[in-house]
Amino acid sequence: MEMISAKNVSKTFVLHNQNGVELPVLHRAALSVNAGECVILHGHSGSGKSTFLRSLYGNYKIDSGAICIRYGEQDNERIDLVKATPRQIVQLRQQTLGYVSQFLSVIPRVSAIDVVMEPLLSKGVSYEECYQKAAHLLTRLNVPEHLWQLAPATFSGGEQQRVNIARGFIMDYPILLLDEPTASLDKTNSEVVIDLIQQAKNKGAAIVGIFHDSYAREAVADRLHTMNSKEV
Amino acid sequence: MLHLDEKPILEVKDVSKLYAENKGCQQVSFELYAGEVLGIVGESGSGKSTLLKLLSGQLASDNGEVLYIDREANLHSLFEMPISDQRKLLRTEWGVVHQHPSDGLRMNISAGGNIGERLMAIGERHYGDIREESIEWMASVELAADRVDDKPSQFSGGMQQRLQIAKNLVTKPRLVFMDEPTGGLDVSVQAKFLDLLRRLVIELKVAVIFVTHDLGVARLLADRLLVMRHSQVVEQGLTDQILDDPQHAYTQLLVSSIVR
Repeated sequence: MEMISAKNVSKTFVLHNQNGVELPVLHRAALSVNAGECVILHGHSGSGKSTFLRSLYGNYKIDSGAICIRYGEQDNERIDLVKATPRQIVQLRQQTLGYVSQFLSVIPRVSAIDVVMEPLLSKGVSYEECYQKAAHLLTRLNVPEHLWQLAPATFSGGEQQRVNIARGFIMDYPILLLDEPTASLDKTNSEVVIDLIQQAKNKGAAIVGIFHDSYAREAVADRLHTMNSKEV
Repeated sequence: MLHLDEKPILEVKDVSKLYAENKGCQQVSFELYAGEVLGIVGESGSGKSTLLKLLSGQLASDNGEVLYIDREANLHSLFEMPISDQRKLLRTEWGVVHQHPSDGLRMNISAGGNIGERLMAIGERHYGDIREESIEWMASVELAADRVDDKPSQFSGGMQQRLQIAKNLVTKPRLVFMDEPTGGLDVSVQAKFLDLLRRLVIELKVAVIFVTHDLGVARLLADRLLVMRHSQVVEQGLTDQILDDPQHAYTQLLVSSIVR
């Protein structure tokens, strides 16, 4: 089942306050990802991998083309991000589209375990169940228990990243977008993330990722999607 | 399942109020859904507070229309309804949190009295119940129960602002307007207040329209943003899209001016 269908996606950044400089990044990019498949965006720095991934999340606004996201099994349960309202994109992100970046956007005062639980809690799942699942993930990702009740602002980069990964994997999103989830992790923790990705894949998630680390890349990739600057 | 056929609770059409050329706000249109949080950003004098006052019935508009659908699915036209009905809406389904607590609180009656007053306005009469509920709400905004008989004038700025929140939420409104809710607070108190606000909004699923000049606050609280400049909305959309990939020259300038 096709979960993501991106066609003719073009994107040029226009810097209005820097003499209107235009930076063309994507030119007629296309991508199709099926359920249970992991596709890696591949290409040198500046080839538009991140821009493309962010566009698939609705974080960047594309100039032309279409990005259709499936949110249900029926044939008509697909929505084009270009035409979706902000309200619909928010809903899509709560239910269908997960995104894990290497950086945690920290909310002041909120404890690590609450950060992890939040997506599942806001879906209406009971506190007990959310807590158990969050605790399980944090344990798996080797985040020591004495840190769980603390706000992650003071954590190390690697610890913050693992909190972020736990948050991304607490829901079984049908589509997962991963922006270098293993970037600053040691081998042990990378292996855990690789396992989590495999598990999500087995449950039928469609995954698109960027991985600079070739070990992780080879471990999870079903295919590479090569990107060249301005032409994909 | 996406709710593609959902109806907005608030429809704002072409609302304008000009004090002078490009002063005030003009031709503003948008829709708001139940539980949605909308931030209005822009620099001082861009018209954001004027817009908020128009939408919350604190100011008469030159033209345009604001339609609100209440809990019982009745349609109200804000600018056409009698003042008494507007007031009723503001007591029951809506709330207003002012930038300065002294505009939203009665400083010489007790904290409990401030909260209880709104309950009495919707017909609650049992003194014990009112007091109990006031204390419960003080706890949920992290004010100690033993301060219930103290006057707001004895509270710090952050506590006053939390009391204002409790006062507004006690009647379980569906829509709350806030003008620079963190504006008068010290940075150290802001984080705590924002976290509380964020939690309450998620828990109670209340829709919020708030004004801020702080893009960090906007990112933390808002689902969606309106960017205003010289009385007009220059850009609107999903919060992270507006902040990470701004399209309009003014929004780009605003975003690039944040000190990181």
